[in-house]
Amino acid sequence: MAQPSETTNKHTISVLVDNEAGVLARVVGLFSGRGYNIESLTVAEIDAKKSLSRINIVTSGTPMIIEQIKAQLTRLVPIHKVRDLTLDGARVERELALIKVRGRGNRRVESLRIADIFRASVLDSTNESFVFEIVGSAEKVDAFVKLMESLGLSDVSRTGVVAISRGEETM
Amino acid sequence: MTDQKLNGSQILLKALVDQGVDVVFGYPGGAVLPIYDELFKQNAIRHVLVRQEGGAVHAAEGYARSTGKVGVVLVTSGPGATNSVTGLTDALMDSIPVVCLTGQVPTHLIGNDAFQECDTTGITRSCTKHNYLVKDPNDLARVVHEAFHVARSGRPGPVVVDLPKDVSMGMGTYSPRASVRKMSYRPRLRGDSAMIEKAVDIMARAKRPIFYCGGGVINSGPAASKRLGELVHATGFPCTLTLMGLGAFPASDRQFVGMLGMHGTYEANLAMYHCDVLINIGARFDDRITGKIAEFCPKATKIHVDIDSSSINKSVFVDIGIVGDAANVLKEMLAHWQLKRRHLERKALAKWWTQIDKWRARDCLRYRQDSKVIKPQYAIQRLYELTKDRDDVYITTEVGQHQMWAAQFFRFEKPNHWMTSGGLGTMGYGLPAAIGAQVAHPKALVIDIAGESSIMMNIQEMSTAAQHRLPVKVFIINNEYMGMVRQWQELLHGGRYSESYMDSLPDFVRLAESFHAVGLRATRPDEVDDVIKEMIAIDRPVIADIRVDKKENCFPMIPSGAAHYDMLLGPGDEAENKISEDGMVLV
Repeated sequence: MAQPSETTNKHTISVLVDNEAGVLARVVGLFSGRGYNIESLTVAEIDAKKSLSRINIVTSGTPMIIEQIKAQLTRLVPIHKVRDLTLDGARVERELALIKVRGRGNRRVESLRIADIFRASVLDSTNESFVFEIVGSAEKVDAFVKLMESLGLSDVSRTGVVAISRGEETM
Repeated sequence: MTDQKLNGSQILLKALVDQGVDVVFGYPGGAVLPIYDELFKQNAIRHVLVRQEGGAVHAAEGYARSTGKVGVVLVTSGPGATNSVTGLTDALMDSIPVVCLTGQVPTHLIGNDAFQECDTTGITRSCTKHNYLVKDPNDLARVVHEAFHVARSGRPGPVVVDLPKDVSMGMGTYSPRASVRKMSYRPRLRGDSAMIEKAVDIMARAKRPIFYCGGGVINSGPAASKRLGELVHATGFPCTLTLMGLGAFPASDRQFVGMLGMHGTYEANLAMYHCDVLINIGARFDDRITGKIAEFCPKATKIHVDIDSSSINKSVFVDIGIVGDAANVLKEMLAHWQLKRRHLERKALAKWWTQIDKWRARDCLRYRQDSKVIKPQYAIQRLYELTKDRDDVYITTEVGQHQMWAAQFFRFEKPNHWMTSGGLGTMGYGLPAAIGAQVAHPKALVIDIAGESSIMMNIQEMSTAAQHRLPVKVFIINNEYMGMVRQWQELLHGGRYSESYMDSLPDFVRLAESFHAVGLRATRPDEVDDVIKEMIAIDRPVIADIRVDKKENCFPMIPSGAAHYDMLLGPGDEAENKISEDGMVLV
């Protein structure tokens, strides 16, 4: 007679998969087919010898939905492991973004000043534009992008979140 | 020896033989010609030629469900593959082990919009348990072995292996079955012992318990059904089964309270509503079972045993979830039960049974007999009565009213004798499924209880039955309507029978004759027995056209979105119940 909680929370889920054709389509198809949310998704091979890739997914849902997402992922044949980094204790999350800002005069100086505060570096510059690189939590990137909006923000490219657990434990 | 080079088609057939395959349901075409050429040269595998690829998958399902083995399909690329999609989805929804081999254009043409090309792995990704595209003949044997392993283990399901023509023609080496293992795929078969013990503790203290069991028990194999019987008897609890679970517990047993759900019995549904402990073994809280979730077993502590962890807490939140194979978990439950049974709430249980017997006395499947018009229930009841003494009767159905009446009036004592499209609800399933079951059991009495609308969806398979001398019986409950559609239109849409009348039906007797079968017809109640007896006696395919009451509806019925206590109980009770607006949007 237990009752499930109805609160929606954001979760970062890491998935270890065989790096084979169609595996990303299986994961993405699962989310779209069952109506789950994807806030961000990153994927890259992490072990060429064993041909393993790691997919990091940021999603949100009630505890029942999150459990369901993990169970459905586990069910996919080429998936080795599913870890809910949000539930499994401390973790480190990073996102990288490239941000183009166009402007002249004071606005240009201001954008450079803020970039300095955020420890964003300048990767490219013209007389009228900068490309900044910023690394940090998704929230930090969000804050930086927001500040740039009034200073000539013209293009944003973000990687999505990569995450790993803190401490000695491995996936 | 193992380094001997074979062509891809030879490798494929060798792998199938190694997997114990003796029959394949299929249809040839350009992309699979090399495979058909090898089939021609051998005798180990029988090929059953269907008339449309969709029929091949349903036939493989019928074969699989009546034997517990993997059903195998072989179709060509493009339309061959797309025609099999409905069957694959059906097998996925009902967890039926099927391996579907699809031809594909040569690898260098893939992506070129070549003739009869389609993105088979893309199209079937969401309607299979897993799928493969083989790109090298050297991988072929491994992939086929893996495909069978995935199809039959864990929660069974369909697996597609897409075979480009250059792979089935190219040379490669064979790898034997034992050498194959997929590291990432390890279904959990043993339940958590501590959880099982906790579950049994709860069961031992139950005052109003009920077992609610489904197709998972049947998929787990005969041992699971046997152990379920032992546990139900040891506990003395009532047991209800889902549409998919019929046969997992004997219908004649006093502890069986009938099927539950939308067209389940009054006693089963009310026992669900009032129970204090629910023990779900291998069922998945389908919406046809639960009705309104907020009022589903509101007072019950819920225990759920399922081999698929994603079934647990999907739609109904449970107190104890046990991931494991039904046969294993039931065995452990039985062992624990022997230790706990002395704590039983005997008085409360006796009271519970008194209540259930009162519900039973309502006789919810009662129908008004008529001397002039054949009631559909009567036809199915007579079919059951006249065949119940045989133990080799296999029943398939199409989808609709006749399916529900078959589930209510045909009583199953053993697993694997009842095959119906439960999850997907595929009209046209029954005839090819009967063909598959008959291929597996040539001497058995295989009957497709059909509706006149459903049977038209795969009627071409009569030709398959004739060619392969498969004496399947098609028992058509003919009311000239898509009966279930008409029933819903009557209850929900003001009796506006939009497109549900089946006009211009064929003469089924002459249709049967043109398909080299025998056609029979009954139009009056006193003809029903003779037609059934004659049908059984004929050792050829038969279509029996049973002209039944056109207006009969299927009861009990829980309208969609209603709770278990909100049952419509046939003529007289109908007016009192209305379906809510919320319920109308539910299908």
